[in-house]
Amino acid sequence: MTLDQLQEGQRGRIQSLSGDDVVLQRLMEMGLLEDEEIEVVGFAPLGDPMEIRLRDYRLSLRRAEAARIHVSLLP
Amino acid sequence: MVSVRTPTVALVGNPNTGKTTLFNALAGMNQRVGNYPGVTVETKKGKLLHAGMPIDIIDLPGTYSLAPRSPDEMLAVDVILGNATDEPRPDAVITILDASNLERNLYLMTQVLELGVPVIIALNMMDVAEAQGLKLDVDKLSQQLGVAVVPIQANAGKGLDKLKDAVARILHDRICANGPAFPDAFETEVVRLQQSAIDEPAFLVRRLLLDVGGHAEVRLTSKHGPDLAAEVAGARQRLVAAGFTLAGIEARVRYAWIRQAIAGCIVRPEQRPVTWTDRLDKVLTHRIWGTLIFLVVMFLVFETIFVAAKPFMDWIKLGVSWFGDLVGGWLDEGMLRSLLVDGIIGGVGGVIVFIPQIVFLFAIIAVLEDCGYMARAAFLMDRLMARAGLNGKSFIPLLSSFACAVPGIMSARVIENPRDRLATILVAPLMSCSARLPVYTLLIGAFLPTETYGLFVPGLVFFCLYLLGIILAPLVAWLLKSTLLRGETPVFVMEMPLYKVPSVTTVARRSLEAGWMFIKRAGTLILASMVIVWAVLYFPSGDYQEQITKLEEPLKEPREKLEELRGELDELRGWKFEFMRTPTELSAIEAKKAEIKKHAESLAPLEKLVNDKRQEWKAQSCLGQVGQAIEPVFKPLGWNWQIGMAAIASFPAREVMVGTLGIIFGEGEGDAGDEDYQSSVGSALRDARDGEGRPVFNIPVALSVLVFFALCSQCVSTLAVIKRETNSWGWPIFTFVYMTALAYIGALITYQVGSLIASLFT
Repeated sequence: MTLDQLQEGQRGRIQSLSGDDVVLQRLMEMGLLEDEEIEVVGFAPLGDPMEIRLRDYRLSLRRAEAARIHVSLLP
Repeated sequence: MVSVRTPTVALVGNPNTGKTTLFNALAGMNQRVGNYPGVTVETKKGKLLHAGMPIDIIDLPGTYSLAPRSPDEMLAVDVILGNATDEPRPDAVITILDASNLERNLYLMTQVLELGVPVIIALNMMDVAEAQGLKLDVDKLSQQLGVAVVPIQANAGKGLDKLKDAVARILHDRICANGPAFPDAFETEVVRLQQSAIDEPAFLVRRLLLDVGGHAEVRLTSKHGPDLAAEVAGARQRLVAAGFTLAGIEARVRYAWIRQAIAGCIVRPEQRPVTWTDRLDKVLTHRIWGTLIFLVVMFLVFETIFVAAKPFMDWIKLGVSWFGDLVGGWLDEGMLRSLLVDGIIGGVGGVIVFIPQIVFLFAIIAVLEDCGYMARAAFLMDRLMARAGLNGKSFIPLLSSFACAVPGIMSARVIENPRDRLATILVAPLMSCSARLPVYTLLIGAFLPTETYGLFVPGLVFFCLYLLGIILAPLVAWLLKSTLLRGETPVFVMEMPLYKVPSVTTVARRSLEAGWMFIKRAGTLILASMVIVWAVLYFPSGDYQEQITKLEEPLKEPREKLEELRGELDELRGWKFEFMRTPTELSAIEAKKAEIKKHAESLAPLEKLVNDKRQEWKAQSCLGQVGQAIEPVFKPLGWNWQIGMAAIASFPAREVMVGTLGIIFGEGEGDAGDEDYQSSVGSALRDARDGEGRPVFNIPVALSVLVFFALCSQCVSTLAVIKRETNSWGWPIFTFVYMTALAYIGALITYQVGSLIASLFT
């Protein structure tokens, strides 16, 4: 499944990131890499963007970008 | 020979790490803003003293990465590499890191290491890390990174002496630590490319290879010829064929190195403690509460610049007119007096009148940014703004522009993406600002009075004028983003910083700086154009001034008497509300009003002679002649040359339209915001007739003028600020052209359709 499909409060581990472009470079610079654990903090009132927690900090990104991040659900 | 140059240290770091606070703590009052050609971001330079040794310090813009995508982002790289003009290469770099968010902060540090410059780490926010239950072994960290690490608390001024000691040590030792190494296959390509891109530092060649369409590629390929571009493409192809993801090479290498370097230095708690940020975020980004609080905050932002700044602006206006009268009293009637009082003092007043709004807005923005709410506001608004191709951070600049586009445009600095920022700046003046209000109230009051049309129709027209900007701004933004400002899809990846109490000094400094920068950078431009418009309305002056002086001679005493009577009325009114007055007070006020009216009427015939003379003067002035010459241009809008001329004369500011219409239609000069003056100008407009006795204005003409003023860019201050913020003449000219075209087309449609509808009824 992809990151944008996670619900508020759910945690996941990044499996892979698709594409090879500037967007991917920017996501990876911010620390979204394979094997990282992430938690969904919540979604904006209009449903987009979403807020996640990773590497001791919080980040918000749009669903379109989150859909490129494949995750496995953690219990 | 011994070099006596003052050593230079650069300060870099991620946003939200307390970098500005540290810079202020190090440099104190000893700082100034640096200018670089072609760049719109600001750098600051300061001086600090350590044991009697002066050290120059440069504060570079906060960034997450040194992968430059624009000239703005290239600045930091250029400064550290010593490529910046008139700037020595820094002898060392202080990287400030957020101790509670070490891994991501170290990413930037590893890039700085690659630039081959001695590095010191200032480890800020140790207290925040502790509150989150993180335990850091600073000595071990320093050892494993190979870089001096100094724990500091920038907002409390703690650890600064140790930091300065460390800076002095590294300036002496000049030891460069090693950062992560790239895979061999990648380095082979770098070496190969270096043969074509001779004399370029390895860092830039790596960037050339890594950042597809980045600024290093743009610069190096234009410098070394098209062959280089072909070689870069070949090298990238070989890397991809070897199984690399081009976009991922760097991040994987750096984060792997960081994990290893901090291994054993950081102990995380079993269970992450619930922090204040967690609790606040639950409410502030909540579907209902978050939205409600957002609306309240935005309402307060708007009220502050719209209402709270008003008394200050009124005081400035009052002070300027007092000063104008004072200076005017020293001089005889004539050109010099008019230039000084109407041109220069009026012009300076026109500049400083913006200061309250700018200072207030920047204070609020500084508070919102410093406490961490700004990111949440952008988070909440992003979806809405994304539809226009903008992002959540464009919301506050656009909202502020309803009060005034000048602070609104300046506040667009909070938008990191250069194209989004530019698009926001270019559409901000479409929002109906407070300077349009006098024009709206004048024309709506004169041609759609509530007595005949009730409250609904005038209210609807008001609403539509505001709606015009609200609808057109996103449309224009979207058009710009899909044509002129097209580029890679901007990535909206935004850190949600921890909430904290905003620092008073940071807020005060930022807001005062914004006000000062406006005066310094935009002031002269605004003043100059105001003087020019004054001149084209004054010359040729003939002997009009003498004639007017002669006509005013018998008016002198009666006018003083009128002022006296008005003063008496003000005294009678006092500070009370209408409902608090006793019947005796009310009748006294009425009697005084009647007395004033009677006296004013006795003056009217003489005043009319003066006003007619002024009207004649302006009509034959340069601008008046131009207006008459290009009347055919205004004809399709239903305007005669007088309206056209007044529209041109309001180039310095929209509200000038009211006064110019007043003069040109024989009502004399007055204050654009004054209700009495507005209603007398309004009736003059209603009564105005052309050479053949037809009314100059009717409802379609009034509506066409209204639409024109809702959309035009008759505001030199806005254009001057766009020039200053974009660092180019092209964008203000573009704004003027597109807004004028939009205004003309809008006015044309309004008049033609309006006339058609009107003809159906007659």
